[in-house]
Amino acid sequence: MFKKLAITAVTALTLSVGGVAASEKIHTESVDFSFEGPFGTYDQNQLQRGLQVYTEVCSACHGLKFVPIRTLGDEGGPNLPDDQVRAYAKQFDIYDPEKDEDVPRKPTDHFPTSADPNAPDLSLMAKARKGYEGPYGTGMNQLFRGIGGPEHIVSILNGYTGEEKEEAGTTYYENHAFPGGWISMPPPLYGEDVEFADGSSNELEKEAIDVAAFLMWTAEPKMMDRKKSGFIAVILLTMLSVLLYATNKRLWAPVKKRAKEETSGES
Amino acid sequence: MSGIPHDHYEPKTGFEKWLHSRLPIVGLVYDTIMIPTPKNLNWMWIWGIVLAFCLVLQIITGIVLAMHYTPHVDLAFASVEHIMRDVNGGYMLRYLHANGASLFFIAVYIHIFRGLYYGSYKAPREVTWIIGMLIYLAMMATAFMGYVLPWGQMSFWGATVITGLFGAIPFIGESIQAWLLGGPAVDNATLNRFFSLHYLLPFVLAALVAIHIWAFHTTGNSNPAGVEVRRGSKEEAEKDTLPFWPYFVIKDLFALAIVLLIFFAVVGFMPNYLGEPDNYIEANPLATPAHIVPEWYFLPFYAILRAFTADVWVVQLANWVSFGIIDAKFFGVIAMFGAIAVMFLVPWLDTSSTRSGRFRPMFKWWYMLLVIDFLVLMWGGSRPTTGIYPIISLIASAYWFAYFLVILPLLGVIEKPTTPPATIEDDFNAHYGNH
Repeated sequence: MFKKLAITAVTALTLSVGGVAASEKIHTESVDFSFEGPFGTYDQNQLQRGLQVYTEVCSACHGLKFVPIRTLGDEGGPNLPDDQVRAYAKQFDIYDPEKDEDVPRKPTDHFPTSADPNAPDLSLMAKARKGYEGPYGTGMNQLFRGIGGPEHIVSILNGYTGEEKEEAGTTYYENHAFPGGWISMPPPLYGEDVEFADGSSNELEKEAIDVAAFLMWTAEPKMMDRKKSGFIAVILLTMLSVLLYATNKRLWAPVKKRAKEETSGES
Repeated sequence: MSGIPHDHYEPKTGFEKWLHSRLPIVGLVYDTIMIPTPKNLNWMWIWGIVLAFCLVLQIITGIVLAMHYTPHVDLAFASVEHIMRDVNGGYMLRYLHANGASLFFIAVYIHIFRGLYYGSYKAPREVTWIIGMLIYLAMMATAFMGYVLPWGQMSFWGATVITGLFGAIPFIGESIQAWLLGGPAVDNATLNRFFSLHYLLPFVLAALVAIHIWAFHTTGNSNPAGVEVRRGSKEEAEKDTLPFWPYFVIKDLFALAIVLLIFFAVVGFMPNYLGEPDNYIEANPLATPAHIVPEWYFLPFYAILRAFTADVWVVQLANWVSFGIIDAKFFGVIAMFGAIAVMFLVPWLDTSSTRSGRFRPMFKWWYMLLVIDFLVLMWGGSRPTTGIYPIISLIASAYWFAYFLVILPLLGVIEKPTTPPATIEDDFNAHYGNH
């Protein structure tokens, strides 16, 4: 069985290395995110910058309805101090049915839904798109490059060519990262759209990467906990495997020895 | 229980005798755990334990998930996100449950293909095999309904496509489809009944598993040599077998630990690799996804379903013979269920008197081709229905049926098998002895 597994792994490797370039229909930029791989973690500062881009630009149309605002204070996330989380929540209003009026949100409330009904909610966007699917549609290159959701977001934000067309009253913008090549979202970022407090670069590419990292966090807020649990499980199971291997070997040794003794006269 | 002679439980103390004469439950457990097992079982015989583990894992994680899940079209998707974000360890439970389904199917496919290679389905184990196929069917039904529950785009459209298959049955199809869905389309009634059945079926599975184990404990395990344990006396039987505890329990647990090592690495580091990104978009009856793809474990049969299009001559023939009642869609449905039906019939389709594929020189090659065929079908099921893909799927589907309906019956007649070892002891000694 292990031999077969090894063969499968090698085949997968050869296939994916051979096919990476050949089969992609849409263009996806490769980005080295800090959270990639089993050891990858979210970069707190990057998540805070991404939150700023989301708040100042994206939130004009897009919501994050599944994300509780209080999670901005989570250790595995942007890790904002309590007072900042409370202050952040206040800027969004929510309808209070008891008072019959809009009141400021509390940290226990969620982010608002999309302000523009045509703009999709972004809570899970980084998991709802794949950047890579090759070779030949097997998706095996995702084993090495990740599923590519955040890369897809970066590519969309950077993918505008500047061309526009109008069809049935809707303006479409050419974007070579979008399936079909034309997207109805106007270019949201041009570069220098926000001023980062930490003095980080606010070029278009950098802003796009920061907001994509933030959206990965909104989609998978427990990633760091999950990887930690994965490590503990892998370490414990490795130890258990070694112990069981030794037990099994010792248990079967007399049986195999008897087989040797019984056949030693024959050959 | 077993036909192989072995020591049985003897109550010793007063309490043991008292209980045994009223409820021989200790004896039942003892006989089950100490069952004489062929000592030449190789590493392909570990998947039963993996499958038993999967069933327990799915039931436990599933019951806890059900405590936090809401089966309503407006709330289901949000309740899954609530599990992922707010429930303590909820993300782990859900990823274990979702990837647990994949492990379940990887294990069951290897288990089935092991049976196909070593002729485990042959007399006297036909009933074990058929119960096993029923388990596989129940697994598919459970997995399909479970996949609908998160109420993502693939959940909704997968349910629409698969229940639509029943709609292809002539005359009564639409009524059956409406009965399954609880209405004219996939909606709240569908989600509720799928949730109810997804909770029920695992317990049916558990009962079938008990019967499966009972059946092969009656006949004894099959084994890689394909020769039976000698049953003339207890001494003779003991030369061919070892008690399940501790020899095979420890061996199986070792294998399970290795499998779980890989499983937990997947759950911990890449839990969405086997999933479809579209299912992170909430179900929308107004927006059809570009490609509706089932989960990977259904892909081979999905490929067979789609392979028989209206331009294939057998479809046209069936259409003509049946005066148009059997159209391409219905033919595809028949083919898909037929592909599973031929597996049910394999104990009678395989005419060879040699049980293990190890001693069948021609069979080996056709079998290898079947394994490749299965993988090609799996890939074909994930591809769009344009270009060269339908033809590849069609050829692969044809081979699937040819293997069971033509090649296996013929091989038994034309093949000259090599000689298997006389006893299991000989096979074991040939492997581990001084040769």
